Amino acid sequence: MIETRQLTKRYGELTAVDGISFKLEPGRVLGFLGPNGAGKSTTMKMIAGFLAPTSGSASVCGHDVVDDAIAAKRMLGYLPEGAPSYGEMTPHRFLEFVADVRGLSGAKRTQRIDDVIERLHLNGVLEQPIETLSKGFKRRVGLAQAIVHDPQVLILDEPTDGLDPNQKHEVRALINAMAKDKTIIVSTHILEEVHAVCSRAIIIARGRVLADATPAELETRSRYHQAVSLTAANVPAAKEALSKVADVAAVEIDPQDHRITAFPKPGRQIFVAVNQALQAQGVAVSELQLESGRLDEVFRTITQGSGQEARA
Amino acid sequence: MSNIVTVFKRELSSYFATPVAYVFIVIFLLLAGTFTFYLGNFYERGQADLLPFFNFHPWLYLFLVPAVGMRLWSEERKSGTIELLLTMPITMWQAVVGKFLAAWAFIGIALVFTFPIWITVDYLGSPDNGVILASYIGSFLMAGAFLAIASCISACTRNQVIAFILTVVVCFAFLLAGFPLVLDFFSAWAPQGVVDAISGLSFLDHFASISKGVVQLRDLIYFGLTIAFWLYASAVVIDLKKAD
Repeated sequence: MIETRQLTKRYGELTAVDGISFKLEPGRVLGFLGPNGAGKSTTMKMIAGFLAPTSGSASVCGHDVVDDAIAAKRMLGYLPEGAPSYGEMTPHRFLEFVADVRGLSGAKRTQRIDDVIERLHLNGVLEQPIETLSKGFKRRVGLAQAIVHDPQVLILDEPTDGLDPNQKHEVRALINAMAKDKTIIVSTHILEEVHAVCSRAIIIARGRVLADATPAELETRSRYHQAVSLTAANVPAAKEALSKVADVAAVEIDPQDHRITAFPKPGRQIFVAVNQALQAQGVAVSELQLESGRLDEVFRTITQGSGQEARA
Repeated sequence: MSNIVTVFKRELSSYFATPVAYVFIVIFLLLAGTFTFYLGNFYERGQADLLPFFNFHPWLYLFLVPAVGMRLWSEERKSGTIELLLTMPITMWQAVVGKFLAAWAFIGIALVFTFPIWITVDYLGSPDNGVILASYIGSFLMAGAFLAIASCISACTRNQVIAFILTVVVCFAFLLAGFPLVLDFFSAWAPQGVVDAISGLSFLDHFASISKGVVQLRDLIYFGLTIAFWLYASAVVIDLKKAD
């Protein structure tokens, strides 16, 4: 369990994190979204016990991260931004070191190390210095050290940054597999990831929480929520047909692929009406889709005007 | 304690994972030998002692210890591993002490490899082995004091070159604290008591006192306190600067 109360970090004049409060229960994966410099990493660093809060507090499994730092850190697995590791060490030696610091010993230590090596497919590179590995492998070594002690709480700062699509998929599957009994915070820029792994999303900008909801709830804030998109051979005829539907507020045509989107009036559902109108007008449609809402658009709307570069 | 050992082992093995360790040891031994035989006139003196060998240690350390110590914390900060290390369940002082002891042990290993010169002098004559042992202890303690300074300055910057140069300067000041070069700087304006206190900080004086063969408590305490002070300062600096 993670709890923060009015967590704040100031650097002189600059307020990087401004009174963030939330509570996260086991079995939940929280996605931290926000523009660069929004305060995502700073918040995670404070929860991980690396930076001391200027004011407010955070606790991990009931242990305050300042007053009871060692106990809090014991509960925690942390992947810092950029997945740093000791370049001259091999992944095997590095994982042994982390296991030792984490207090694992004997058969348990061997079993845990073998397990994370297996899970993150590190077998092929075990004895190569980490600095010679590709970005994807470095990231996986970083993830391996974060989970080697099977922590209750995981804080992952951009865990899929620099991975190829297959590796991203694997890491998401890994997070989902661990999500059942752990408390996990993931920060990301990739909005599709929020759908793939998160049960809750917090959008922050300029150090403040601007939205705190499930991904589905966030999508309902999109103007694309309940909109209908379609591709038709005869674009003007289709547009004509759509604009006659009573609950359609606006019709837009994508200048690139000529895909047509009809937006409903607030609170209305237009899918059935649109479908009927098209058939009545005899417009041939090659594809028709009900939109659930676009997170990237919600993200832009929420963070707009507050996306200035500040301290990460 | 076990955390210190774990940090110590990782740090020490990292020296030997790269050529740095071997380059350092070879250069240390070469320079120590060259100074002893050419500048120290080891043979020409015709005396069975290791004075010409130990006399050059402070000057060797002045450049070689900062070279070992410069990476202690600046590299952790530059590569971001400091974030990893300090979010593990270890305390700040365990990390500081573990890393310091590893670097100190590394210099100790280099020092141990100078044993042939002890065997040589023992073979050629009959030196006072007590004095030689005391000198080794003094030399090792002095290296520790240099290294603690290096640790603190290394924590101040993520640039190893800056860490190296600043460490050399500060070590040089401590080395010569009892000499006019440094004392004149203070005697013009500081009260006599302060000047005396500064002259008492000289590494050279304390090292010379031990290498006469008398390991006095006050010299041990001096080096012990110096190391403790600079390590404490390291921890404070790391805490202040880690967010940068």
